[in-house]
Amino acid sequence: MSAVLASRGLGDRLTGLFWRRPNLLLLLLISPPLIWLGLVYLGSLAALLVQSFYSIDEFSGVVVPEFTLRTYAELFNPANMDIIIRTLLMSASVTVGCAVLAFPIAYYAARFARGHWKAAFYLGVMLPLWSSYLVKVYAWKLILAKEGIIGWAAGATGTTPILEAVLAIPGIGGNSLSTSFLGTWMVFVYVWLPYMILPMQASLERVPVSMLEASADLGATRGQTFRTVTLPLALPGVIAGSIFTFSLTMGDYIIPQIIGTSARFIGQAVFQLQGTAGNIPLAAAFAVVPILIMLVYLALARRAGAFDAL
Amino acid sequence: MNTMKLMGTTTLALALAAGPVAAQVTALGEPEGQVNIVAWAGYIERGETMKEFDWVTKFEEASGCKVNVKTANTSDEMVALMNEGGFDLVTASGDASLRLIAGKRVQPINTDLIPSWNAVDDRLKDAPWHTVGGVHYGVPYMWGPNVLMYNTNVFKEPPTSWNVVFEEMTLGDGQSNKGRVQAYDGPIHIADAAQYLMFHKPELGITSPYELNEDQYKAALDLLRQQRELVSRYWHDAFIQMDDFKNEGVVASGTWPFQVNLLKSENQPVASVIPQEGATGWADTSMMHVDSANPTCAYLWMEHSLSSNLQSDLAVWFGANPSVPAACTDGRGMLTAEGCTTNGFDDFEKIRFWTTPTANCSQGEGACVPYYRWVSDYIGVIGGR
Repeated sequence: MSAVLASRGLGDRLTGLFWRRPNLLLLLLISPPLIWLGLVYLGSLAALLVQSFYSIDEFSGVVVPEFTLRTYAELFNPANMDIIIRTLLMSASVTVGCAVLAFPIAYYAARFARGHWKAAFYLGVMLPLWSSYLVKVYAWKLILAKEGIIGWAAGATGTTPILEAVLAIPGIGGNSLSTSFLGTWMVFVYVWLPYMILPMQASLERVPVSMLEASADLGATRGQTFRTVTLPLALPGVIAGSIFTFSLTMGDYIIPQIIGTSARFIGQAVFQLQGTAGNIPLAAAFAVVPILIMLVYLALARRAGAFDAL
Repeated sequence: MNTMKLMGTTTLALALAAGPVAAQVTALGEPEGQVNIVAWAGYIERGETMKEFDWVTKFEEASGCKVNVKTANTSDEMVALMNEGGFDLVTASGDASLRLIAGKRVQPINTDLIPSWNAVDDRLKDAPWHTVGGVHYGVPYMWGPNVLMYNTNVFKEPPTSWNVVFEEMTLGDGQSNKGRVQAYDGPIHIADAAQYLMFHKPELGITSPYELNEDQYKAALDLLRQQRELVSRYWHDAFIQMDDFKNEGVVASGTWPFQVNLLKSENQPVASVIPQEGATGWADTSMMHVDSANPTCAYLWMEHSLSSNLQSDLAVWFGANPSVPAACTDGRGMLTAEGCTTNGFDDFEKIRFWTTPTANCSQGEGACVPYYRWVSDYIGVIGGR
């Protein structure tokens, strides 16, 4: 009488192998995402970085694959500096605009909205995100046009002089809202606002009510409580939201193409330089600028504690 | 890196040495069953966008060649797709066609195999954007001018000069043109400025708006900086421009006949003209890939492109002009003689067709400002520099 072990199938043998060598299983599981991250994601970034150190031949317009810093020096041309500064200013002001608008909304949603109202709030904030971005931007072009609804309403209420005075402000004004930086700013704020509200609301909800009560017990006024308790505790959420609005504005190339003065932003410059111009080195160098700015921004945000809750 | 480049060059050299360069088809065989075409959006319609615009189904039935279309948005995309290979034909514009010929991506066309070749407009038969050294590298497809569109309520008489978009002035309704004119949001608009200067400042000695030396180029940029003061927004997308004429109070701009026709069909008060300085324009050519896998179908398509309703209906669809003059009048499609006149058919001589500015031009080696600088400088001008 002998005990016969059933011959083992492939599955059994694999289980045995993985049991004896757990690291092998780990390697198999994480290698696809690692390959994706390393090759596709970081690899394309590296290719971009390499391109930005090439330059374009002055005469033939052909890319010269030799390492040089000439292309980066070109970024400091007045016209290119204009683009970078313009984009930075727009991103910063859009972020501030979003923060100011989003705070009361997020505060209401976190502190006061209950039940159905809470659902309505989420729906209201998310709804614009579900419709096409392009449709929204084109709709705004019509709203802001010289003969659009805002111009019409101003005419009907006799406030046209106010609108004209606003449009006469040098730098941000223009012929109509849809052809001014002011219009570009309004549309940016509208489009990115949900990305500010949601993280803000999440962080406001995490502020413990007990602390607010303690603050009140210790004799702080509502204003003092807000300044010294609520705001510092909610700041990480504000910063997290600002990372979205800032980086999204910096990379966008569609809104300024449809609404605004046609003056270029970084995204548009990249699009145009790599496309018709064939000046890939300069396009790559331009694309590196937002990466650097965002790295600095993220470092500052980390110091302010935006990632503590991660 | 260097090894790879070396390998690339070696293969290229071998390929060039092995295959006879510039061979052309001498006789047609059996149709291969399909033809792959790289084309501009709207160029090859099979009645799916609008039922009455169809110039593919009949060809497929008659020839047995299925038409596969890959649309491209820019000339660079077209060149890139042709470099990748796998296509038989491309509708290349003047800036892509010479690059394709120089890069040996397209083959010479045997015009004897295209019975309708003789019907092609004599003005296009030997056009320099597809004929190099007397060899034809393609069959003319469509062409069109960049016209001046104006609002007929403001301009009682058609404007006679492009100065309405370049110089500040008071228009027919007593108001300034400031903020009410537009210009094209592409560096090639520098050529429009150069053409204006060619007429008004002969002392600059501009002979072609696409071949500008440093001084001529600077003068064109100065004119464009002056124009920036007048333009609220540059136009980029045909439909946005049409919207600007309707809602933004724009009354004059350079444009394509496409927008003029569409706005007219909506009963908007617009018309177009080619002013005294002339106009820039585009001319597209069907070119055949050097390694075309379906040469018979490709030749059949080229013949079809000249002989069928394509020339007529596409001209109506796109606001363009046929390469076969007979298409204006013989009723093969919807085009009429008036339609041809509207689209600028009679103004061929006034049109300077789009070509890529290169450093080496008729003024000498490296004498002209190349296109990549046009791009970066035009960005500067629009940004207020």
